[in-house]
Amino acid sequence: MNLKPETLQRIDEVITHYPVKRSATLPLLHLIQEDVGFISDETIEWIAAKLELQPINVYEVVTFYPMFRRKPIGRRHIKVCRTLSCALSGGYKTCETFKEQFGVELGETSADGEVTVEFVECLASCGTAPVVLIDDDLHEKVDSAKAREIAAKIKAEAAKNAPVAR
Amino acid sequence: MPAPEQRRIIFQHIDEPGYTNDIDCYIRNGGYEVLKKAVTRKPEEIIEEVKKSGLRGRGGAGFPCGVKWGLVDRKSGKPIYLIVNADESEPGTFKDRYIMHQDPHQLIEGTMISCFANNVKQAYIYIRGEMPHGARILEKAIAEARAKNFVGPNILGTGYSCEIFVHRGAGAYICGEETGLIESLEGKRANPRIKPPYFPAVLGLYQCPTIVNNVETLCHVKFIAEHGGAEYAKIGTPGNTGTRIFCVSGHVQRPGYYEFPAGTITMGQLLNDVCGGPLPGRNFKAVIPGGSSAKVLRFGERYKGKRKVGADMVDYDWGVEDVPMDFDSLAMIGSMGGSGGVIVMDDTVNMVEALANINAFYSHESCGQCTPCREGSLWMKKITTRMVHGDARPQDGALLKSVADQIPGRTICAFGEACSWPTQSFYLKFKDEFDGYAATKKQPKPDNALELV
Ligand SMILES: Cc1cc2nc3c(=O)[nH]c(=O)nc-3n(C[C@H](O)[C@H](O)[C@H](O)COP(=O)(O)O)c2cc1C
Ligand code: SF4
Ligand code: FES
Repeated sequence: MNLKPETLQRIDEVITHYPVKRSATLPLLHLIQEDVGFISDETIEWIAAKLELQPINVYEVVTFYPMFRRKPIGRRHIKVCRTLSCALSGGYKTCETFKEQFGVELGETSADGEVTVEFVECLASCGTAPVVLIDDDLHEKVDSAKAREIAAKIKAEAAKNAPVAR
Repeated sequence: MPAPEQRRIIFQHIDEPGYTNDIDCYIRNGGYEVLKKAVTRKPEEIIEEVKKSGLRGRGGAGFPCGVKWGLVDRKSGKPIYLIVNADESEPGTFKDRYIMHQDPHQLIEGTMISCFANNVKQAYIYIRGEMPHGARILEKAIAEARAKNFVGPNILGTGYSCEIFVHRGAGAYICGEETGLIESLEGKRANPRIKPPYFPAVLGLYQCPTIVNNVETLCHVKFIAEHGGAEYAKIGTPGNTGTRIFCVSGHVQRPGYYEFPAGTITMGQLLNDVCGGPLPGRNFKAVIPGGSSAKVLRFGERYKGKRKVGADMVDYDWGVEDVPMDFDSLAMIGSMGGSGGVIVMDDTVNMVEALANINAFYSHESCGQCTPCREGSLWMKKITTRMVHGDARPQDGALLKSVADQIPGRTICAFGEACSWPTQSFYLKFKDEFDGYAATKKQPKPDNALELV
């Protein structure tokens, strides 16, 4: 596990926020997932050692909280809210549009490794439903047309970043 | 009667043009003046003002804030913690998001005043994992406040020191329940604790006395510290003091957040006058008044009984439109004010589908400790899912009711109630739709039907 120096620095800092080291479990998982992309067995053992816990103590946390992933995902993570207010405003159609645009099934990553599309529960922005969280950014009132626009932008970026064929 | 005017106290600056979330803007608008005064007073005086104000918690249960603070064990010699519940996870609720994003210093000032009043030296803001921007905004705001000595050691030269840290959750609804939240903050699964003995006021975070308050509640505390409990109590109605923020979503013309003196507006005024009524060509069918776990109300139904007005008992006979939007009135008609999340459904909605959507949420979010909740929430979801997928059985409605009836009162935390109330009330109010489902399921869906599951 090769963590960036700034991640290591933030890890040491965040542990000081708590009188009991174990409390830093969630913050450490977030920091490492942001750096590396997912939580491996190695990460679990590393955190356990760092916080003077047993690996099972960290493992049980990883499996409880939906935001922690055990394997890598696409470059962009599209999370569509499926809860009632969004569903009443067309959230399911929004999700279908993303799936169609990228040719993926729910919870899977597109063949080119670009995007992962998922349903998530209420994102606390029900007044501007349907809402979609893409990586860290909240997109509001995402109907099918807007979903197509967003998908086009993501595809354009992907084309730009793709290695040129020789 | 048209709706009364909004009175924005907590949302005073939300969406105000030119208002930013940095500390200079907050201070230009009078920010931190209340804290400056508060730290020169006796802490007990501030607690007294909060008691006088009648402030009820805005996180869902509506428990009086002053009473909660009064229960804190101050003799144990252990440190007292304050946790800001910024988990905002009840479907339909979205007020705390706007406070944290647009006016984070209002929350920090309210938190610091509350910490001072309760001799808290260490506070945590537990924010939903799905709000990464909110967490960053709060962290920046705390750093700004620390630089100006409103947070940290020896605040404003008074000798009083207090730190605040932001702690991010990771996508589990049960972290909103206060003891689940405490477990989560301790670095564990968010499994709620059995009460008693674990009332947070006595045995909370790290087995120390702990106060858990909602984001909005702490903003009200700031207003109370500024204007006094008696002034605050004049807003709203007796027993339901101050203002109430309603988050309206679903099938209305103008969804959004609206702040009114508590108890002064009816459901009809809120939905018709303020939110612009139903979408063109449609009619209201049902409304969930306080976050998705509150019991559903049906338009056209009447609610009858007796209620206290002053010293007298008077009869009431209300349609949904007539119900005053306060904790007590909503409780009287069998639902609740909860977190203020009002979810509106019109006549295009199939109630079995709507319940299937809700059941999918609660079955996903049960922490799994109690058998009735873990198995019951999943069972209810399985029934409603098979119903909408065309495999309804004639007895499914009655089966749903019997499963839902077995859960409440038999679980560690109130999630058991939260997951059974939707099923109980949907079946009670829309029995025909559920009981007749097996017969009608073969009919094709109209083009404008919504996919809810
Ligand atoms: C299942 C469940 C979920 C809850 N979710 C939240 C939440 O997201 N935010 C919140 O402030 N309170 C939530 N609560 C209520 C808290 O347990 C607690 O009562 C509240 O934070 C106390 O603050 P208050 O007195 O200021 O309202 C939830 C309660 C239950 C039973
Ligand atoms: S009622 Fe449900 S959520 Fe609450 S402790 Fe029991 S299993 Fe967990
Ligand atoms: S229901 Fe989608 S954000 Fe709340």
